[in-house]
Amino acid sequence: MATEFEVYEHDVLVIGAGGAGLRAAIEAAGSCSVGVVCKSLLGKAHTVMAEGGMAASMGNVDDRDSWKVHFADTMRGGQYLNQWRMAELHAKEAPDRVRELEKWGALFDRTKDGRILQRNFGGHRYPRLAHVGDRTGLELIRTLQDHGIHQGIKFYMENTVVSLVKDGDRVVGAFGYDRERGRFKLWRAGAVVLATGGIGRAYKVTSNSWEYTGDGQALAYEAGAELMDMEFIQFHPTGMMWPPSVQGILVTEGVRGEGGILVNNQGKRFMFDDIPENYKSSTADKEEEGWRYVTGDKNARRPPELLTRDHVARCIRREVKAGRGSPHGGVFLDISWIKEKVPNAPEHIRKKLPSMYHQFKELAGIDITTEPMEVGPTTHYMMGGVRVDPDSQMTNVPGLFAAGEVAAGLHGANRLGGNSLSDLIVFGKRAGEHAAKWAKENGRGTVDQAALAAAEAASLKPFEFGGAAENPYRVQHDLQELMQDNVGIVRVEEEMKFAQDQLQLLKDRAAKVGISSHREYNPGWHTAIDLRNLLLVSEAVTMCAIERKESRGGHFRDDFPAKDEAYASFNLIVKKGEDGQMVMHRRPIPPMPDELKQVIEENK
Amino acid sequence: MPQATFRISRGDSATHGEFKDYAVEISEGMVVLDAVHLVQMVHAPDLAARWNCKAGKCGSCSAEINGMPRLMCMTRLSDLDLSVPVKIEPMKTFPRIKDLVTDVSWNFRVKEKIKKFKPRPADNADGTWNMAQRDVDRVQEFRKCIECFLCQDVCHVLRDHQKHDEFIGPRFIMWNAALEMHPLDTDDRLKELKDDNGLGYCNITKCCTKVCPEHIAITDNAIIPMKERVVDRYYDPLGWLWSKATGT
Repeated sequence: MATEFEVYEHDVLVIGAGGAGLRAAIEAAGSCSVGVVCKSLLGKAHTVMAEGGMAASMGNVDDRDSWKVHFADTMRGGQYLNQWRMAELHAKEAPDRVRELEKWGALFDRTKDGRILQRNFGGHRYPRLAHVGDRTGLELIRTLQDHGIHQGIKFYMENTVVSLVKDGDRVVGAFGYDRERGRFKLWRAGAVVLATGGIGRAYKVTSNSWEYTGDGQALAYEAGAELMDMEFIQFHPTGMMWPPSVQGILVTEGVRGEGGILVNNQGKRFMFDDIPENYKSSTADKEEEGWRYVTGDKNARRPPELLTRDHVARCIRREVKAGRGSPHGGVFLDISWIKEKVPNAPEHIRKKLPSMYHQFKELAGIDITTEPMEVGPTTHYMMGGVRVDPDSQMTNVPGLFAAGEVAAGLHGANRLGGNSLSDLIVFGKRAGEHAAKWAKENGRGTVDQAALAAAEAASLKPFEFGGAAENPYRVQHDLQELMQDNVGIVRVEEEMKFAQDQLQLLKDRAAKVGISSHREYNPGWHTAIDLRNLLLVSEAVTMCAIERKESRGGHFRDDFPAKDEAYASFNLIVKKGEDGQMVMHRRPIPPMPDELKQVIEENK
Repeated sequence: MPQATFRISRGDSATHGEFKDYAVEISEGMVVLDAVHLVQMVHAPDLAARWNCKAGKCGSCSAEINGMPRLMCMTRLSDLDLSVPVKIEPMKTFPRIKDLVTDVSWNFRVKEKIKKFKPRPADNADGTWNMAQRDVDRVQEFRKCIECFLCQDVCHVLRDHQKHDEFIGPRFIMWNAALEMHPLDTDDRLKELKDDNGLGYCNITKCCTKVCPEHIAITDNAIIPMKERVVDRYYDPLGWLWSKATGT
């Protein structure tokens, strides 16, 4: 039976075609044969939704910026749980990666003297985000796509990978099916790069697309890789709140970077009420100073709306809980007020935030140049993921690499806005480079045919149960509600323990979901397969969130609301134990070299 | 809760397809894609439809709604007449794979054939270029394109006359324009536009502009300037005389 699979051969196989996957593929294609497998059409990956920009300390707008400041900002934002080596590489290499995009055709917004313009963003000391209005992700993905199609890369669009293929300890390929016909395929490869993004679809309110089902994390876990920092999920403070069908869709931080303010139902600008100690010296305490900052006064400090995302999200929740929220359970984000300061404000807003203008106009019937938006927290980003070597991006499984959101380490307990797009290109490149090197040194390996047959049989199970059995959409829906209500933005032990029990029941239900009809382009079947991954990452998130009995970054415990030094020195790791059960341990953070400690000290 | 009926075209590459009616409970602010998801969840888990971002940014959920090429995620039910069934069909210019999903691979093949971006040498020692915002503005408009292919779907040269082998469609004329007008690009694509890409087939009916969900002025800002450049180079009698006389 196994011999019937279509078989493809590459030196490097990349799974995922967002920013990290495409950048890895381009790098590897410079020296070997590369295939890219992706669940959607090319150019549709979730990177396309990124709005604000990519962080790189080019210093085009403020020449006081440098990799050192960027490094210190990233570490502070991540509450020092980051893998410092990744934060260092990222800060040092991001400028070159951004400039390289220009060589491939990207057209960033410009400064007056014709260089790449950079904008302010939360947690970044200086204006640092290269951007194209508020559609920077589209520019990134299109640039990589249009460059990539001329590099001899083979793209397998609308294909789903169901398992990684191993030869002993080593990963030697991937096994999956094409969504169009449902035919199984084997991709043999010397090295595999995971670039599958995050896990947002485990939650009900999310800014993430359907593809974000934790595939890479689950594939890696099943192959023996370690997952790290899974308790750290970023809830972006500003998602759309109304109407219900658009709840969760992202409202870019760029709105606040351009001067947008957060206001409660009493008209009060509440972000001034709670400024964390370690940000006091760099945050404005008067509205007037905040405005000077967003309009480029280098001596002004940033407004508190531009504090880190974890903090802003919690302040919004506080306002709502205290009864000071907007009619639909959020708060107000107002950019229209700048008409007091800027001539031609409506035109200025439409130029700076075109897709936000468009999004609210068409989906909510709101004109952001004249009225405030209703916003609230939405599940946005997974800081945790597959643990990788900081330099090569290889996981603890030989031949398996990971880059971008699926990998852990760069962002620690909380990611700064703009550090994601730069993450993709910095570590995408590194993963591609090292995967190519590994593949050339180690060859293809042999494939265990019996494992493929088992993976195929498991994937086809839902057809045996048939359409009368459990509905996969229903299970997914129930999972999303469970995680939203119990392992969401504010967590308590009791609720998470409840979620842990319920997840076991959902697993039982997921094992029995059924599908009618045939394999050709059958979304019910695709959902059934995604479920396994969603459940696995949900289990990992819950287990780690229970274990971390403190509040830090994206992880907030109502029963342990303070940061606890006892939890500052390790990352939580989960992996598949000998008996097949998930096991967890604490991994001490490697000691930081003195010169980096000094960089942090100098930039306090 | 109020209900509405969605009349969805179902079928695959082998069948003609038939309309099936699905009643769905509707709520405030819903878009057509929400209704399709409800149909999948409640009535037909195997209903095939593409989507990704659900915010008008990825261009995956293109379809024809009551005969109009549109993104399902950006079509609000409140803008439709719900007293009659809402008709949802796949894009007609491309072969159907199943239900609302069509085979758009032709577009990817077309793009590969267009000469890639070729920048001039860097302006500065650090490998960077200087460009004025006003020079990048017009190309940025074209780069807003989310490749939903609705302009290709509506274009009569492709839709009615099936000139897929001779005409690249509005999306890729605009892609040529984006490269030709790129401040750094040094290559030349006019000959291919004239001879291989069928620029002359476009007779400026502006249907593409009308359906563009990004509101890009495809015809006025991309296609017409390309036509003008081709005319200037290949059909200008004075230019022809001049080149004969000077041997350029």
